[in-house]
Amino acid sequence: MVCEMETDQIEEMDVEVLSSMWPDDVGTEADKQFNVEKPAGDLDMLKEVTIKEEPTIADLTKLPELLNSTHQGTSQITNLVKQWNYMHDNASRLLREELLNLDRQREEAEAKELKIIEDYKFESNEPENVPVLDETSDLFRKFRQKKRDVLVDRKKIEINEEFDTVAYWKQKALSLEKMLEASTQRERRLIEKLHESLKTMESHAAPVQELTENLKRAEGFLHFILQNAPIVMGHQDKDLRYLFIYNKYPSLREQDILGKTDVEIFHGGGVKESEDFKREVLERGKASKREITFTTDLFGSKTFLIYVEPVYNKAGEKIGINYMGMEVTDQVVKREKMAKLREDNAVRKAMESELNKTIHITEETMRAKQMLATMSHEIRSPLSGVVGMAEILSTTKLDKEQRQLLNVMISSGDLVLQLINDILDLSKVESGVMKLEATKFRPREVVKHVLQTAAASLKKSLTLEGNITDDVPIEVVGDVLRIRQILTNLISNAIKFTHEGQVGIKLQVISEPSFARENALNAGADEDNGLTETSVWIRCDVYDTGIGIPENAIPCLFKKYMQASTDHARKYGGTGLGLAICKQLVELMGGQLTVTSRVNEGSIFTFILPYKVATSDDYSDDQDEFSDMTDHQSEPDDTTEGYFQFKPLLGSIYSNGGPVNGNDFLPHKVMLTSPVKLINGLVADPSNNTEQSETVQVENGGYVDESKLETSSVHCPESAHQYENGNGRCFSKESESCSSSQASSESGTLEMESELTVSSQREEEKADTDLKETSKPKILLVEDNKINIMVAKSMMKQLGHTMDIANNGVEAINAINRSSYDLVLMDVCMPVLDGLKATRLIRSYEESGNWNAAIEAGVDKKTLENDQVCVRSTNRLPIIAMTANTLAESSEECYANGMDSFISKPVTLQKLRECLQQYLH
Amino acid sequence: MDLVQMQKSLQDYTKSLFLEGILDSQFLQLQQLQDESNPDFVSQVVTLFFQDSDRILNDLSLSLDQQVVDFKKVDPHVHQLKGSSSSIGAQRVKNACVVFRNFCEQQNVEACHRCLQQVKQEYYLVKNRLETLFKLEQQIVASGGMVPAVELGF
Repeated sequence: MVCEMETDQIEEMDVEVLSSMWPDDVGTEADKQFNVEKPAGDLDMLKEVTIKEEPTIADLTKLPELLNSTHQGTSQITNLVKQWNYMHDNASRLLREELLNLDRQREEAEAKELKIIEDYKFESNEPENVPVLDETSDLFRKFRQKKRDVLVDRKKIEINEEFDTVAYWKQKALSLEKMLEASTQRERRLIEKLHESLKTMESHAAPVQELTENLKRAEGFLHFILQNAPIVMGHQDKDLRYLFIYNKYPSLREQDILGKTDVEIFHGGGVKESEDFKREVLERGKASKREITFTTDLFGSKTFLIYVEPVYNKAGEKIGINYMGMEVTDQVVKREKMAKLREDNAVRKAMESELNKTIHITEETMRAKQMLATMSHEIRSPLSGVVGMAEILSTTKLDKEQRQLLNVMISSGDLVLQLINDILDLSKVESGVMKLEATKFRPREVVKHVLQTAAASLKKSLTLEGNITDDVPIEVVGDVLRIRQILTNLISNAIKFTHEGQVGIKLQVISEPSFARENALNAGADEDNGLTETSVWIRCDVYDTGIGIPENAIPCLFKKYMQASTDHARKYGGTGLGLAICKQLVELMGGQLTVTSRVNEGSIFTFILPYKVATSDDYSDDQDEFSDMTDHQSEPDDTTEGYFQFKPLLGSIYSNGGPVNGNDFLPHKVMLTSPVKLINGLVADPSNNTEQSETVQVENGGYVDESKLETSSVHCPESAHQYENGNGRCFSKESESCSSSQASSESGTLEMESELTVSSQREEEKADTDLKETSKPKILLVEDNKINIMVAKSMMKQLGHTMDIANNGVEAINAINRSSYDLVLMDVCMPVLDGLKATRLIRSYEESGNWNAAIEAGVDKKTLENDQVCVRSTNRLPIIAMTANTLAESSEECYANGMDSFISKPVTLQKLRECLQQYLH
Repeated sequence: MDLVQMQKSLQDYTKSLFLEGILDSQFLQLQQLQDESNPDFVSQVVTLFFQDSDRILNDLSLSLDQQVVDFKKVDPHVHQLKGSSSSIGAQRVKNACVVFRNFCEQQNVEACHRCLQQVKQEYYLVKNRLETLFKLEQQIVASGGMVPAVELGF
């Protein structure tokens, strides 16, 4: 506003001018309205007139005129005053009239108000005459007072003047009249009300009618509910006979139901249950709910939720039941579906977590197994060194006690090696690395050899017997090494736990077992055909009369590292892996291993395996093939012989009198009956048999018992014989120098000496004839590394062999072409032609009889062609790979290229010895 | 030096070679192969190993110094050395060769150079030690003593 001051100055000045125009005696703003019509305005006008005339007075010349004019003006003023007075009177009269008029109007209004108030009073209160009148008169006065307060003071006086006038009294009379009228009206109304009350009294006099009306309504409501509710309602008496029923979906007429019980009406599932439930409620006297599924002819299978409550009469006695049923089939189905879904969900979740757990465990197990296998492998190498060295130590001059200690040491080492080999075998089977071979073999001979081998180390008075039924084929196809491993394991187990009586093997052909049929069905048709036509199932029982196995121990019998009890483990020793391996091997070959046993009576281990039957046209061939394993001197009937018996403590070891065939050492048994040990054992201590020593060690706290040595010396001839027949070619010199008679004399058993000498002499002669027939085995080493050659050659020398050397694959082929070898040790990685390729070419030559493949591969033609006619290999030449890698993939490569086995580098005495034992017969 | 003391120190020295991992059990195999019929077998083999290895290492150095390294030539040499060292039980040379071959496969020239140095180092170490060993043995034999058998119990 400050800044606006200057701009608005003019305006403000105007305002000041305007305000000055107002007279000082002007009242409050509120009065202005009234002042407007006052004569004050006229006064102002006069002032203005005088102001205008003043300048004219100043002219003296015109004074008479002015006087005239003044007279004129005075008379005019007088006129004007008269006129003003008249007008004033007139106005006063008019105003008074107006006032009267207004008064009248006000009175009318007041009367109206009063009437309204009275009406209101009547409405709210009981009619009371006197107070109402007083109050209204008070009210009236108050109203008047109020109205007067509002009026201008001057006029109020005028009205007060009229207070005692006729009008006032008239007014008063009027109002009184009105009051009277109102009173009369009230009276009339009261009478009316009285009449009305009388009428209501009359209507109250008939309540039954009203109740009936209500009942009708209630019934209508109930009907409405019943018609729309999907429920069945019923009332039944004490005997559960229907007295009332309401059914939304009636399938029966009322007369079919009323007076009957549920059982009489319906038949089927649930009826009896509902009847029983109702009865139960009736007896208990408590309302209850239950869901019952009915299966009736009438409405099929439906589920009802039934609510039953007992009904009492006034005396509190039960008179029946009310029941209400609602069909909830859909809901139940839904609920069940939901429950099932939820259950499925839970199961799936459980399975998922289980699966995860299994995966985790499997991974862990795999890792653990892998580690075990690696560790075993790592342990085996140094241990081989220890054992090998101990063996070499045993070739030196030792006194008796040292020798005994050394024997214990060797046998313990062998045991650990055996354990590690077992572990490796197991992990091989479990990881699927183990490959099965299919070779032809004669089950009778296998059984016989296993028993022979067992008898060789037998030091108990046990009878070992083999029994093979006639229907068992002479030759079958299978993995003979593994089958022997199983048999040997079971037999040595049986011997270990049997102190007297028999241990034996029984073979018989059986029909295809049920588990195999199931497998075959799963496997598919084409495979099935091939199998069933040519395969035969052979059941093999290994029985004993030993200590037996308690029933509760059987389940964990085939578990790894478990023995029937810790007592047994202590007493009999052993790794607890043997049976686990047997079982796994049998299962790997598609068979089954079972056991039945009675404590103190004996056990029978039975395994059932499928074999392919060798066809007859192969017969001539396998004669040749088996020349490796079986002695040609076997009598013809030996192949069909069905019964063998081996008894200890007899002059002649073999009761069947057949020629001796002790030449098949099982690969995994090799270390236990190694030729070196036998020779040396015969020189100094005939008891040098690991299996024996092992037991001896356990039973006698680590020292070899003299008496045991005596007993075991009985078997010396056999041992010697075995070795001479089997490996005599390699060790002829040593064997001659250490005759078994020398051995037995040293062991100091006089009674047996003569007999033993006789038998051993006989065998010596035989050995000599053998030696004439067979030359020393020829071994070819294919190796390019001079140092390796030098080491290997020296080792071979120590093992009693000499070797030819070829520096690469081509030289090897040429050497094989020139002369016949019994064993080839082949380095894999070589210049010119590597071991794998060379082996393939050699195998191709064996199959085709010519070196075409080799010539194609670039091997010098002339050298090969020249000699081709002279040498014709008919046997499979054992080729052993020498590889720097011991990984499974590398060994698989070796097998895939036709190699028979492999030695990991660096070559050790132990490895070489094992290899020779396995492949040189 | 007293004979017994010499024998003792030979034993200790041999033991230390095994403990340091310079030799492994394969060397024991060689010692086992040494007998009356072949009294110098170990030293013969080891000498052959030295001759062979000197040649191989020389060839390897030449091959790796070529402008373009022919790994087809290098690898067989390393393989050869690995086989020989493994056969005599020179464990650390063998291990170095295994690493060397890996880099040959990768055709990593620089790493091969490093490996060659490593192999050489290990080779000269084992050569030095074995020569000392033989000297000790010779001294014992010269003093009319027996070379003690290697202890199995270490």
